[in-house]
Amino acid sequence: MSDAVAAPDLLSWSCPAPLRGRPRVVMGHGGGGALSAELIEQAVLPGLGGAAPGALTDSAVVELDGARLAFSTDSFVVRPLFFPGGSIGDLAVNGTVNDLAMSGARAAYLSCGLILEEGVEIETVGRVAEALGAAARTAGVRVVTGDTKVVEAGHGDGVYVNTSGIGVVPAGVDLRPERVVPGDVVLVSGAIGVHGVAIMSERENLRFETEVESDCAPLGGLVEAMLAVTSDLHVLRDPTRGGLAASLNEIAVASGCGVVVRERAVPVPQPVAGACAMLGLDPMYVANEGKLVAFVPREHADAVLAAMRAHHLGADAAVIGEAVAEHPGMVVARTGLGGTRVVDLPMGEQLPRIC
Amino acid sequence: MCLAVPGRVLGVEERDGTRMATVDFGGVVKEVCLEYLPDLRVGEYAIVHVGFALQRLDEESARRTLELFENLGMLQEEFGDPWEQAARFGDEEPAREAGR
Amino acid sequence: MKYIEEFQDPKLAGRLLDDIRATVTRPWALMEVCGGQTHSIIRHGIDQLLPEEVELIHGPGCPVCVTPLEVIDKALAIASRPEVIFCSFGDMLRVPGTGRDLFQVRGEGGDVRVVYSPLDALRIAEENPDREVVFFGIGFETTAPPNAMTVHQARRRGIRNFSLLVSHVRVPPAIEAIMQSPDCRVQGFLAAGHVCSVMGTREYPALAERFRVPIVVTGFEPLDILEGVRRTVRQLERGEHTVDNAYPRAVRPEGNPAARAMLDDVFEVADRAWRGIGVIPDSGWRLAERYRDHDAEHRFQVGDIATLEPAECRSGEVLQGLLKPHECEAFGTACTPRTPLGATMVSSEGACAAYYLYRRLELDVTVPQREESSVV
Repeated sequence: MSDAVAAPDLLSWSCPAPLRGRPRVVMGHGGGGALSAELIEQAVLPGLGGAAPGALTDSAVVELDGARLAFSTDSFVVRPLFFPGGSIGDLAVNGTVNDLAMSGARAAYLSCGLILEEGVEIETVGRVAEALGAAARTAGVRVVTGDTKVVEAGHGDGVYVNTSGIGVVPAGVDLRPERVVPGDVVLVSGAIGVHGVAIMSERENLRFETEVESDCAPLGGLVEAMLAVTSDLHVLRDPTRGGLAASLNEIAVASGCGVVVRERAVPVPQPVAGACAMLGLDPMYVANEGKLVAFVPREHADAVLAAMRAHHLGADAAVIGEAVAEHPGMVVARTGLGGTRVVDLPMGEQLPRIC
Repeated sequence: MCLAVPGRVLGVEERDGTRMATVDFGGVVKEVCLEYLPDLRVGEYAIVHVGFALQRLDEESARRTLELFENLGMLQEEFGDPWEQAARFGDEEPAREAGR
Repeated sequence: MKYIEEFQDPKLAGRLLDDIRATVTRPWALMEVCGGQTHSIIRHGIDQLLPEEVELIHGPGCPVCVTPLEVIDKALAIASRPEVIFCSFGDMLRVPGTGRDLFQVRGEGGDVRVVYSPLDALRIAEENPDREVVFFGIGFETTAPPNAMTVHQARRRGIRNFSLLVSHVRVPPAIEAIMQSPDCRVQGFLAAGHVCSVMGTREYPALAERFRVPIVVTGFEPLDILEGVRRTVRQLERGEHTVDNAYPRAVRPEGNPAARAMLDDVFEVADRAWRGIGVIPDSGWRLAERYRDHDAEHRFQVGDIATLEPAECRSGEVLQGLLKPHECEAFGTACTPRTPLGATMVSSEGACAAYYLYRRLELDVTVPQREESSVV
């Protein structure tokens, strides 16, 4: 204990910050922002001997005996397990289904791995499984293989779920951020920030009441409706952790284009705005689980928007901005007053602030 | 410093000897401590910071401030047509140039 | 949201801007004291809309930015102890101490929790009687009364395992220190609205008179900030220097008497060090002697921790408006929000982070574009 309060070693002392060389994982490494990217680059990829092309996106497109398959995996560690509008079961199915959909593929088969904590009620496991099954039926995907492990009490949050999935990418569909060019129109499929606010409302020490429910939903059908207009969509992303800001930044960097967002055009529901005002968060950085952002060639934008609005998961779809040749790699918001600001990649987890 | 937002009081109660309120922030309802504004009533607005109501929001004053802004151009006729200038701040393409 | 959206109206913003443009005849340097105002200015792009003559200097009103390294190191030492649950506002977790931050302490097994309200920390203490619960009490006059309430209630309700690590600071001594700096460029102040919601406006006329500088109490929405600027510029152009209240819906001259009484009971005025500026006499609060039992510095004997500020970081000059962030050699190279040298780059309200976020677009500062991998 005396070690803990010893004075810092002033001889080896240097400037206070550069924390990039953190010796241990911190929560921010899982936030989907800059820290996550650094962790993968610096600690994971070297061991794997580098990444295959496209391997770092939500889902990889691979060729196998002439077929183009989208392949994706995702792990789910949400707390609480059940939240307004969904549960870890819904997330586990829809998360992977949506990752495949962002490659243009309709999910065909899923695997499901459960990691259970010693002591968790069997009834809870049953409820998670029921939610998984129901979500799979809604998404039109079959769970065909699985695995279960148990860890000691205190080594897990009750239930962790991993799902992997595969689906066929239709001919002529090639969704990659590298295809984005200046002039592309940026569309979002509906109101942002809903899932993140629903989860936060249940978090210990933040707890607030709201009618907002998670938007967790499978996006395969919406994507099919969009591809029916034209197979020439440039890129799709589901803005989960890190929110719209993280997805737009990823696309801006990978495409070498700038992105301009008209802030007033971004659909933010009243309770999301209220929760963000109260906690000092920016809706652009709050997670979604049933929304997508699309970069579409200008000539197809109106038709794609109409197709999105005709689908029940895209009823509130909107044009929010465009890709530009200026400020490559950077996302810039035009504010309601006519000013501009840079929308940076989030660092790590979003925290309520007081100032 | 000091992220504080206006919220509307929905209900007031005593808990553990502490005066608390439920306060609505645009559809989000949160428990707020009223110890520093004990006479705040249901329906009133307060400025809330880290779970504490710190000052009553004077709705009449807010209205007067907005009215003052509305009338600014009118009082400044010698500096040009205020309506024309206002039009440059339409919703769709706010006048970025206006500041330069 | 009511009383927020109305004060973001673009048409009325145009009216205010027109009035400022019509009034201003020469350059003026105004300082917005509060980090929340800086945030709003950047968030809405307000500084780009103002006429060139009006320069906004981002002041030292971000509690995260000005909390000295030494206090952070004390927090890290306390939070590392196995018996401690260390509670903090989210802002403080990212602020680097010497080599570590609170995130890292958590990664090493420390029990560090983010709370929305200090009362949440008190509740955690009640629910965990066998643990020591410490709340990191930072902030200006706005945050001090809520933090004071926890100590008051802990005493009243006999919650002995609760203590406060206090690093509270006050605005008026900071204004005084800035005005006394020989290189001071500030000609008018936008005073921090929510500080005045608590403290009222009585501390400011003497400062306005002594330094012959207008002080306008200003709110946080875009129209509030423009109105603060408008009234300050108007005074400057007329050669006036009075205290004016441009945020009357939330600020009364007497402030909040109940909150002020609690501050007087729980705290006593003390010298405080400000990160990047140094010690300013009477510029903060410490727990009053009779609440010593709830003082974390006393309870955990961290008084011997002493840390010097780094020489590389020039945030002190930035906070005083003597140096623009991008004029610092380290800006955008050695010092970015991801690798901050000092607190002004850590907090999103910090002047350097604000510049990094917006100004690199406008100033064409060459910032190395890191290759982001596309992991989501």
